Amino acid sequence: MPQNEHIELHRKRHGRRFDHYEKQKKKEGRLPHILSKKAQTLRGIKAKLYNKRRQNEKIQMKKTIKSHEEKETKQRQEVPEGALPAYLLDREKQSRAKILSNTIKQKRKEKAGKWDVPIPKVKAVSEAEVFRVVQSGKRRKKAWKRLVTKPCFVGEGFTRKPPKYERFIRPMALRFTKAHVTHPELKATFQLPIIGVKKNPSSPLYTSLGVITKGTVLEVNVSELGMVTQGGKVVWGKYAQVTNHPENDGCINAVLLV
Amino acid sequence: MAFRFRIPNIGFRKRMSWSDFTVACIVGVLAGIYTFKPGLQQAKDEIERREALKEIQARRKAEMEQDRPTQTAWLSLFKRIVKNSNTRYSLLWLTGGLLFCLYASDKAVLSQFQLENGTLLGGPVEIPLTVNLRQLNSITNGLAQVQEGAAAVDNNEPVPYSFYIDEIEIKESLEKYFEEQANKQMFEKTLNIVCVPKARFQVIPVERCTATIEGHLEAITVLQFSPNGKLLASGSGDTTVRFWDLNTQTPFDEYGKAHRHWILCLSWAPNGKMVASSCKQGLIGLWIGATGKQHGTKLLSGHRQWINSLSWQPLHLNGSCRLLASGSKDTTIKIWDTHLFKTVFTLSGHTASVTCVKWGGQNLLYSASQDRTIKVWRTTDGVLCRTLEGHAHWVNTLALSTDYVIRTGAYEPSKERASDEYDHLDESTLQTLASERYEKVYKLFDTNGGERLVSGSDDFTLYLWKPETDKKPLARMTGHQQLINDVKFSPDTRLLASASFDKSIKLWSSRTGAFLSTLRGHVQAVYQIAWSADSRLLVSGSADSTLKVWNIEKRCLLFDLPGHADEIYAVDYSPDGQKVASGGKDKVLKLWRR
Repeated sequence: MPQNEHIELHRKRHGRRFDHYEKQKKKEGRLPHILSKKAQTLRGIKAKLYNKRRQNEKIQMKKTIKSHEEKETKQRQEVPEGALPAYLLDREKQSRAKILSNTIKQKRKEKAGKWDVPIPKVKAVSEAEVFRVVQSGKRRKKAWKRLVTKPCFVGEGFTRKPPKYERFIRPMALRFTKAHVTHPELKATFQLPIIGVKKNPSSPLYTSLGVITKGTVLEVNVSELGMVTQGGKVVWGKYAQVTNHPENDGCINAVLLV
Repeated sequence: MAFRFRIPNIGFRKRMSWSDFTVACIVGVLAGIYTFKPGLQQAKDEIERREALKEIQARRKAEMEQDRPTQTAWLSLFKRIVKNSNTRYSLLWLTGGLLFCLYASDKAVLSQFQLENGTLLGGPVEIPLTVNLRQLNSITNGLAQVQEGAAAVDNNEPVPYSFYIDEIEIKESLEKYFEEQANKQMFEKTLNIVCVPKARFQVIPVERCTATIEGHLEAITVLQFSPNGKLLASGSGDTTVRFWDLNTQTPFDEYGKAHRHWILCLSWAPNGKMVASSCKQGLIGLWIGATGKQHGTKLLSGHRQWINSLSWQPLHLNGSCRLLASGSKDTTIKIWDTHLFKTVFTLSGHTASVTCVKWGGQNLLYSASQDRTIKVWRTTDGVLCRTLEGHAHWVNTLALSTDYVIRTGAYEPSKERASDEYDHLDESTLQTLASERYEKVYKLFDTNGGERLVSGSDDFTLYLWKPETDKKPLARMTGHQQLINDVKFSPDTRLLASASFDKSIKLWSSRTGAFLSTLRGHVQAVYQIAWSADSRLLVSGSADSTLKVWNIEKRCLLFDLPGHADEIYAVDYSPDGQKVASGGKDKVLKLWRR
């Protein structure tokens, strides 16, 4: 393996051999013979591997040959079936058979109590990861205090408990108030204030503390989006699920649960 | 005005005796003689007429229950008198007649008639509570006559009115109205009665399918009647545009074969001569309506993706029907010159597919898009005027209050004219005719004029805008439970109808955006709706393969028109109100008539 560009430099300065291109062409001409000899004489595991690789190459070659053979000019395309008026074009219409099976499935899900979230399974975060032990006392022997190391949300009227009695310390640097929420259909992202942490899938303790990790369901203030319910009331709170690791990124990205 | 009696306190009045009656007669006659000295003979005629009225009144008192026979006699007399005498006498007659009504009845109310845009019809008048709709109509007609002078009334036909007090309609008589509104203060102040003229002609509702015409090889996606209602054009998924002869109910021989993909949009030019059609490849074709042949040899190309909506420039702005606007999925709007086959302007600014474009009557172009905004452009130089924001999801449809007049152009369906009279008129005459009609509708909302725009969206709400002046919406109309697919203003611009995928149609008032009622009956999503020319009927086509005709005055279903085999994609009511055409997934076109 050349460590530097001395080979290229030489080529640039002095050029190649006079018969370089001829030799290269001849070598390429010999290639099919060599390959076929190889394919015929290989045995065992090496043969199997080689055959597999060769098969893939042949498929690719056939495709390129076929595309070259197709005419350059546009053919009169076959008009597809299933004509739709303009207002139905961007909408996916379910076939009627599917609707029935979907309703049955939904009923079953509701009975089971499982809800649809974009990220259903999240790796649980252990306590050792989330909390760091803070030692207190005159001799630094007492170890009942914990410092939260993940981003969290505290409400607006939050006041700390007296430091002497505070068991869980949530540092101000790790407190977030806004989340970047993406609307899944519109594919637009908005920065919305968080109203509260609804559920942290790892532990109910984290939910009560307000710790935000990947997969946490938050409630965000969507009054900016201007959504309205059937009764005409303006919707101002909706759930969103966190999609990134906020402790690594420094921001909370979430997807809106519509 | 001769004199005006004010009844100072409410309550019951005692019945007038005959002597009082004759005294009143004589007083009235004397007043007549006094104010109009030269017309003594006419005053004498009046005495006779009043004697006749006295008799009628006596009969009325005798038969309290049966109103009709005496009232018709009274009304016909009233009408005859109003027509024959000149305006000052008719006014006096009005006051005199009202006075008699007053004396004969128990309760009366001081009320002021006014039109929608605020102009008052005469001064305050006393009317008894027992007056019913027909009498109110004749009073209003008389007042309007007085106001505008005899010259303004053409054909001597009375215009039917509907009456509203505080936005609530008077259904049968004032008494009934007050019974229902028990808690309102009735007699202390002047009642403002708003009179809204209804269409003079009445459209007979369609009842039966007169023709099922096959011809298309794929689903029919768009349908439109020509502005004079004589021709019908349809576009379908088999890439052809066909024209249909309505008298024989067969297709023309020639049909448009130039497109290569599904026809998505179709639009008649307002002079009724050309049709523009657009396909899924983004090409626009022009066809001559009378023959079905293509205008020119090539298709207008320029858009890179399919075209969602087409809109011609209105006839009152340009009599030659030259400019056409198209909105496409590639987020641009192009204005084309159809005589030169070129693009005049390309309006870009939207960030997502443009779903609907409408060319307004003030040379403004309104475009709705999937990026949740509506943009208002000036068509003279292609500059963006303002952006109307507010929706939370895709904006699907737009409707303008002047849609019907712009669509019909110079053609006035209520006047029976020879079918080829409009062909002989030249462009400038057509343009003036169209602008007269347009001005009338334009002034309906304010005396200075104004267009209203309604937008329906995927966020289940509608917004009412005044796009020429304001960026903020006038009203937000909520209530639908699924996305709104189609919105239409009624031709008299009083009502709005919105069709939604939640199987219902909602009616709204176009002045305030207030919800009026829901029309339920369809069992699947309602795709398209169309108003009849007199605004009394609404026809709707839905995915459940039925058409329904709704009576708007009673807000109920009139006729159910089944017959299609599959979903109905397009419905249109002819501008003269005689036929309905519908087409859909089952590839047949159905014509419906009485």
